[in-house]
Amino acid sequence: MNLGRAMLAVLRRDLQLAYRRWGDVASPLMFFAIVTALFPLALSPRAEDLQAIGPGVLWIGALLAMLLSLNALFRQDLEDGSMELLVIGPQPLPLIMLCKSVGHWLVAGLPLIALAPVLAVTYHLPVDAVLALCATLLLGTPTLSLLGSVGAALTAGVRQSGGLLALLVLPLCLPVLMFGARATALAGDGEDITGPLFLLAAFLVLAVSLVPVTAAAAIRVSLD
Amino acid sequence: MLSAVNLTLWRGYQCLFENLSFSVGAGEGLLIRGRNGSGKTTLLRVLCGLTRPEAGEVWWRDEPTERCRLEFGRELAWCGHHTGLKTDLSIAQNLEFAASFADLAPDCWREPVAELGLENSLSLPVRYLSAGQQRRAALARVLISPARLWIMDEPFANLDVAGRGYIEARLAGHLAGGGLAVLAAHHDLADSGAFRRLQLGDSE
Repeated sequence: MNLGRAMLAVLRRDLQLAYRRWGDVASPLMFFAIVTALFPLALSPRAEDLQAIGPGVLWIGALLAMLLSLNALFRQDLEDGSMELLVIGPQPLPLIMLCKSVGHWLVAGLPLIALAPVLAVTYHLPVDAVLALCATLLLGTPTLSLLGSVGAALTAGVRQSGGLLALLVLPLCLPVLMFGARATALAGDGEDITGPLFLLAAFLVLAVSLVPVTAAAAIRVSLD
Repeated sequence: MLSAVNLTLWRGYQCLFENLSFSVGAGEGLLIRGRNGSGKTTLLRVLCGLTRPEAGEVWWRDEPTERCRLEFGRELAWCGHHTGLKTDLSIAQNLEFAASFADLAPDCWREPVAELGLENSLSLPVRYLSAGQQRRAALARVLISPARLWIMDEPFANLDVAGRGYIEARLAGHLAGGGLAVLAAHHDLADSGAFRRLQLGDSE
């Protein structure tokens, strides 16, 4: 049984679906852009103030945008019965769940990272901080995708699960938010951020190894 | 080869079945009958391993399915109440996915699709198709799989007479080739020779 082919097929189908429903992909991005654009308007347009709040605001915006897109991660799969086929299929479910998370990150996380530098410029962030922002997002958003997949799997069968999902997932995401935002701010002050970057990478490794098994168990419960 | 051992299942405060045991051997079919709400679908989901029974086990070959999930998954084709098709994708994309996921030849679905009369709607998104056409596409997925055991929930729902006839013929062929089939259906099969019946609850 060719596992690689099956995993690629799952990933490919999720990307095809995202292409067909690009509105669902675009709305978290719009949310990210709008939220981060509102802060300077409401607080202060002064460059020093913006530089101080920029890393935090951008990271919170990214986190909430990811959360927004997680809501529907397994909903459709559950409703049309395709999740049943993945669960009883001949492939190990944790690896399939990993593919779903990778697909979610490619569609929801990667565009955020591309958009972040543009938004960072409006906060007058120095080049070092922009680079740090991209690096921390690159390491942090996959962790968010993975952590979110557990919450999405648990709440997939629940109606209006948005609030519940946020309650479940946000506490788990806090370390990523703290280290990501702090590292960006430190890089702006010219400090060395290797430490936080390694920590974010460690979170990611931990999430990749533990989360798919948990998400697989959670989706089995949701289907029962 | 497939056996249910002392299955007990409750839904809410209602006991759907208690200590239900049966077995289906190679070349045999089982037709599950019963009123709406008598637990036909739930029983099929238990057999597939989607729902956990309160007590009892399902055995495939010589092992409980809980312990040989992947081996069982390789030999199982499930066609549930939901079609399992992505409505935003075309039939071709859906079946290409099914073929890759089960590691079959990429164009193995062309023949059953042609026989099911779906050639002209291959590239349309599934949501534009009629319920009967969607059911046919879902059944095509079962027909291409090399699985030994077919479990189908109301496979004839929304099908016209020709579609029913074709699926029944394919079922008969599957059983003649040593396959197993478990169906829940409201109608009797035209040729139910190889099928045993299992009545859940009172008869209709």
